[in-house]
Amino acid sequence: MTQFFAMGGYAVYVWPAYAVFFIVLAWDWFAPALRRRRLTRQLRGRIARERTRSARAARAEVTT
Amino acid sequence: MLRNGQAGVVGERAWKWGRVPEHPGFRNMSRSYVPHFIHWLGSPPNFYRFAGNVRPWLMAAALVCAVIGLYGGLVLAPPDYQQGDAYRIIFIHVPSAWMSLFIYAAMAIAGLVALVWRVKLAEVIAMECAPIGAAFTLITLLTGSLWGKPMWGTWWTWGARLTSELVLFFLYLGVIGLYNAFEDRRRGARAASLLALVGIVNLPIVHYSVVWWNTLHQGSTVNLFGHSSIAPSMLWPLLVMALATHLYFFASILGRARTGLLSLESGKQWVRQLVTDTSR
Repeated sequence: MTQFFAMGGYAVYVWPAYAVFFIVLAWDWFAPALRRRRLTRQLRGRIARERTRSARAARAEVTT
Repeated sequence: MLRNGQAGVVGERAWKWGRVPEHPGFRNMSRSYVPHFIHWLGSPPNFYRFAGNVRPWLMAAALVCAVIGLYGGLVLAPPDYQQGDAYRIIFIHVPSAWMSLFIYAAMAIAGLVALVWRVKLAEVIAMECAPIGAAFTLITLLTGSLWGKPMWGTWWTWGARLTSELVLFFLYLGVIGLYNAFEDRRRGARAASLLALVGIVNLPIVHYSVVWWNTLHQGSTVNLFGHSSIAPSMLWPLLVMALATHLYFFASILGRARTGLLSLESGKQWVRQLVTDTSR
């Protein structure tokens, strides 16, 4: 096992290369998910605001 | 939220070949030469659902391939007679380099469709290809550097292969930057698509750079249509890893395109419905 991790003396080059591969691709995979969550939160907020605004306008019309 | 097997506003199962969907937009398409599936998929809500269903399977297949390929490459394959174990970087470096070219071609084709037919989905796909391509190009450059240091004694040389790959990275960044420079995102996408199309001249330069110029970078060892100068025990993990990165790309682009469509169509009824339905 230690022989495997030693990579014939090239461990300091091989493992960082694999780390780069997985870290960059993990970024690529999770960045859009975060963007998407932010987007849906914004949209939900906008829709909720529109609803309260239209409800308030309807109430105002009734009272006047 | 609509689930599989549930009838939706967009004509459930309409993407099956040979059947004209009930969607009003498809009335006059029965005589079209383009398969109904492509037309059906071009509509953002349909694409959104289809991509959402396909994506997990692609990612699962990519992970399975990656596990098999890495086991073959890191454990089963013997050390190289010249490079020892350092050559094992090949199993991520070469597939990433192939992807950097493949994704650029995909981006340029989607960009062409966006420019000629002004298909919204094509614009989104072209623009969402750019970050994935940039990610794979960055991986290629960094892993190449980590491979170059022990083999050539230097992290970087201004050889033809390395320089043209760096130019490819800047082309991706240019496409992303140009797209973001526009207030109107659809115009930005078309402008950046044009840049992507012009930049396609760099692809043959990257590919043939090791043939046309003398460079420190080694020549190709894998030949799709002829004899590969790499041992079979090293070749199969490389090809499985290439398959894994392709599958990953398709999973990633589908996810990114979904998010892109959601953002671009945020005022539309289908997005509002989707967003409010999933809130419970």
